[in-house]
Amino acid sequence: MYDVAKIRADFPILSREVNGKPLTYLDNGASAQKPSVVIDAVNRAYAEEYSNVHRGLHYLSNLATEKYESVRGKIARFLNAPHEDTIVLNSGTTEGINLVSYGWAAPRFEAGDEIILSVMEHHANIVPWHFLRERQGVVLKWVDTAPDGSLDPQAVIDAITPKTKLIAITQCSNVLGTIVDVKSICTGARDKGVPVLVDGSQGAVHMPVDVQDIDCDFYAITGHKLYGPSGSGAIYIRPERMAEMRPFMGGGDMIKDVSKDTVTYNEPPMKFEAGTPGIVQTIGLGVALDYMMNVGMENIAAHEADLRSYAQQRLTGLNWINLQGTAAGKAAIFSFTLDGAAHAHDISTILDKKGVAVRAGHHCAGPLMEHLGVTATCRASFGMYNTKAEVDTLIDALELAHELFA
Amino acid sequence: MASAAFEEIVEDFEFLDDWEDRYRHVIDLGKSMEALDEALKVEATKVHGCASQVWLHPVIEGGKFRFDGDSDAMIVRGLIAVLRMLYNDVPVAEVMGVDAKAELGRLGLNDHLSAQRSNGVRSMIERIRMVAGENA
Repeated sequence: MYDVAKIRADFPILSREVNGKPLTYLDNGASAQKPSVVIDAVNRAYAEEYSNVHRGLHYLSNLATEKYESVRGKIARFLNAPHEDTIVLNSGTTEGINLVSYGWAAPRFEAGDEIILSVMEHHANIVPWHFLRERQGVVLKWVDTAPDGSLDPQAVIDAITPKTKLIAITQCSNVLGTIVDVKSICTGARDKGVPVLVDGSQGAVHMPVDVQDIDCDFYAITGHKLYGPSGSGAIYIRPERMAEMRPFMGGGDMIKDVSKDTVTYNEPPMKFEAGTPGIVQTIGLGVALDYMMNVGMENIAAHEADLRSYAQQRLTGLNWINLQGTAAGKAAIFSFTLDGAAHAHDISTILDKKGVAVRAGHHCAGPLMEHLGVTATCRASFGMYNTKAEVDTLIDALELAHELFA
Repeated sequence: MASAAFEEIVEDFEFLDDWEDRYRHVIDLGKSMEALDEALKVEATKVHGCASQVWLHPVIEGGKFRFDGDSDAMIVRGLIAVLRMLYNDVPVAEVMGVDAKAELGRLGLNDHLSAQRSNGVRSMIERIRMVAGENA
């Protein structure tokens, strides 16, 4: 039995009011709220356990290092990675994908080499590849979504040519909620010797992830969407790929020895973690993952599937709403526009007055907006603590917006 | 003291108690405002720093300031209509003396001027003051 009331009670911010109305937080796709255990862990880390990591030999440094390093193992368990040394800790998916672009792809790709992307990628999984296009003449090849927002894995595999060096693809669209069958893509890509990077920013939040089952080469996650602190995250990297990577950023922690004429690097994954990391953020992320795993990823996925069905049914019932993305089995992420004069920003302004937080804009997905032929949409994105009553609140607020702008 | 047109709208707003009615009124003002000529929707008239698209076309004639404007968002169109009532036909030399924040506050709309709001009202006022300053 999924006790959503109990879960809600764990997130203090959910009991506050906004504009005199109870908060209905449906902007989880942008960032999720934090449970008390995470907030308390962050507080405790600073109040009682704080020091730099991997450096001192004193009590607090050992304590902080132990707490921080234990998160690597938690992330490995969360993603079912084969070993904690396959996990590079970082500030989030953006840093993870940039690491792969600079550290692995840049020294290996030549002009004319191809990277395959889906048209629904987030800018974080586009711009690091644009750098290679601009600087090295790498070619970006785009695979379109079907009208319902689904992506045929075979279309991605069919786009592979002898020039293809990488497939970089999301597991779950942040705009449409489409779930991509990344496992089938990896299977097809493996047959043709093409590595696959999976952007797990949204996917890892909404379903159990097993990187060994998916058989991807890279899987990037971001902590603040996983009910953890902002500035935390990680990327799983297949050991063979990690061995091929050169360091991205240089500094402390990633070295063994430095002299005037030489530098030798630390062993992976530390080789890719320069400077003092987000110590407390990472500790908080570990607590957030424990929280999610305690509730159970299957249970979270089932609850959100229930919310998705209900929200989809209610939204489809409004004949003045244009839903973008209705792919089967999608996540509880809904993008839409309204008939009439209302701009996405108009709608979100009215919803905000009703205490309903949604995002309005291009959602960092320019190519998808172009593909859909819209400049902006409203997006309601649900999380583990949302309820059917909140779907009703959203619908009521939308009815008011529709009436105001009709 | 703002223009007579603006004082009239202040009177209208005095009868509107809740936010819903005030927004309804702003939206109606936006709906009834004439659209800016498409030929004037160019880079030079575009106001940056807005979440939606906003254009502002100022004209100075006979020592008086006025502007036309437009946006693809309806609430912003309504706010443009309000700003036109506030600024249009004000002598150029007096534009800098208009306290837009205080005047919009009289309508209960000053939350549109807070730092987080990116709907462009603040950017529009800055543009108006800049143009007036250059021509004063």
